[in-house]
Amino acid sequence: MAELIPVIIVIVKVTVIFVGLLTAVAYTTYFERRVVAFIQSRIGPNRVGPAGLLQPLADAVKLLFKEEFIPAKANKFLFSIAPMMSFVPACMAIAVIPIGDTISIAGYKIDLIISDLNVGILYIFALSSLGVYGIVLAGWSSNSKYSLLGGLRSSAQMISYEIGLGLSIVGIVMITGSFSLAEIVRFQSGSIFNWFIFKQPVAFLLFFISAMAETNRLPFDLPEAESELVGGYHTEYSGMRFGLFYLAEYASMITISSLAATLFLGGWNGPYLPPVFWFLIKVIFFLFIYVWVRGTLPRFRYDQLMRFGWLVIIPLTLLNIMITGLLIYLWR
Amino acid sequence: MWATIKSIFLAIPTGLSVTFKHLFRRKVTTRYPDVKPVFEDRYRGLHYLSRYPDGRERCVCCGLCAKACPADAIYMEPTETETGERYPKVFEINELRCIFCGFCEEACPEEAIFLGHEFEFSAGDRGDFIYTKEMLLANFDKIEKDRVAKNIKPFIRQDKFQFKKPADPVH
Repeated sequence: MAELIPVIIVIVKVTVIFVGLLTAVAYTTYFERRVVAFIQSRIGPNRVGPAGLLQPLADAVKLLFKEEFIPAKANKFLFSIAPMMSFVPACMAIAVIPIGDTISIAGYKIDLIISDLNVGILYIFALSSLGVYGIVLAGWSSNSKYSLLGGLRSSAQMISYEIGLGLSIVGIVMITGSFSLAEIVRFQSGSIFNWFIFKQPVAFLLFFISAMAETNRLPFDLPEAESELVGGYHTEYSGMRFGLFYLAEYASMITISSLAATLFLGGWNGPYLPPVFWFLIKVIFFLFIYVWVRGTLPRFRYDQLMRFGWLVIIPLTLLNIMITGLLIYLWR
Repeated sequence: MWATIKSIFLAIPTGLSVTFKHLFRRKVTTRYPDVKPVFEDRYRGLHYLSRYPDGRERCVCCGLCAKACPADAIYMEPTETETGERYPKVFEINELRCIFCGFCEEACPEEAIFLGHEFEFSAGDRGDFIYTKEMLLANFDKIEKDRVAKNIKPFIRQDKFQFKKPADPVH
C-alpha cells in the first residue's frame, strides 16, 4: 500500500490540475467576453445564471449538440484529428509549470507541479511547436482556400515568433543556469526585486509580444483574420471540433500566461497569501492584459507582422542576450 | 523601425489607457426585458380610441383619419343611434400597414384617436394585427386607469359634448 501512495498522489495532481485547467479555460472565455464588453461600454453575457456565470456551460452544451460538418472533399482523417492535435499539446504544457511551493500532507512531500522536468522550458516550446501541426493540418485538410491560407499564415507566424519567444528567455536561463521552471521560481524568491521582470525588462516585453503572436491572439490573430479569411483555419469546422480549437487557443493562452508569471513575476512567490493564490493572481493579471490588448489594438498587416518579428523582435532578443552575457561576465 | 518602436512606447500605452478608462464607464446597453425604456410624451405607439368621462366613445366616424392615413390602415363603417348620434359600427386599424406617422390623430376633429406608448404588441398571426374598435377602446381604458391611478392631468378636453337634435328643416 505504501508504494501505491506516490502513484495516487500523481494521479490526484494530474486530475486536479487538468480539471482546473479546463475550468479555467471555460471561464477565460467568459472573462474575456465580459472584459471586452466592458471596454466597449457594453455589459456582456449576463443572462445565463447569476451574472452570466453559467454561460460557459451553456456554450459547451450548445457546441456538443451542434452538427459536426465535414466538407465533401476534405481529408476526413486529418480533418478529424487536427482539432485534437491542436488541443492536446496546449493542455500538456501546463504539466511543467509549478503552481505552488512544496507542501507536506501526512508526512508526504508534494511538489505542486505535475512533473519537474529539468528541461521544462524546452518541453513547453516543443509542445507549442507541436500545436502548429494541428492548425496547419486543419487548414490543409479542410480543402478550402480560406482555411489553407489561414493554416499557411499560422505556420509562418508561429515559426517566426517561436524564435523570438525562445531567445527572449535565454537571458533568464543564463542567469539561473537551469531549464527547470521550479528552479527558476526558487531563484526569484525573497525580495520582489529578485523577480526577472526587474532584471530582464526588455526580455519580458519581447516575451509577451512573441507570446501573443504564438497564441494567435489579437493583434497577431492573422490565421483567423475574419475580415479577410472568414474564420481562417477553422472556417469549415463546427460543433465540438470547432470547440476544441477554441479550447486550445484559450488553454495555450493560460499556459503562456502562467509561463510568463513563472518566468518573470516570480511564480508563486509573494508575501502573506498562500503561494497558489499568488500564482493565480499573476496568471489572471496576464490574462487580463491579453484581453485588454485584444480590446485595444487592431490587427497587424501580414507583411508588418513578419517584418516586426524578424527585424525587431529577433535582433532585440539577440541584443538582450549579448548584454546579459556581458553583465554576467562583469559581475563575476 | 523607429516608427515601430515609437508606436510601442507611445501609441500603444495611450490606446491602452483609453480602453482602461472605458472599463469603468457607464454602460450603454439597455437591459430591455428587465428595464423598460422610458419614452417621451410624443412617442407614437399603439393606437387607442378615447371616450368621454361618461364612457361614450368620442369617434363620430367622420372618416378624416382614414382619409389622412398615408398607409390606408384604417377602415370604418358608420352607423347612428336612435338619437341621431353617429358612431362607427366597425373601426379597424391594420397595425401591420400602419407607419405610425400620427396623421390620424392630427386629422381627428373629435380628439378620439391617439397613438399611445405601447410598443410591445406582437402576434403569431397576421390577422391578429387588425385591431378592432373594442380592442382600441380597451387600450384607452387601460391607459385611462393608469392615468387616474397616477393622478396625471388628462390632456384631452373633458367637457361633455352636448348633442343637440338638429332643427327640423321643414319648420
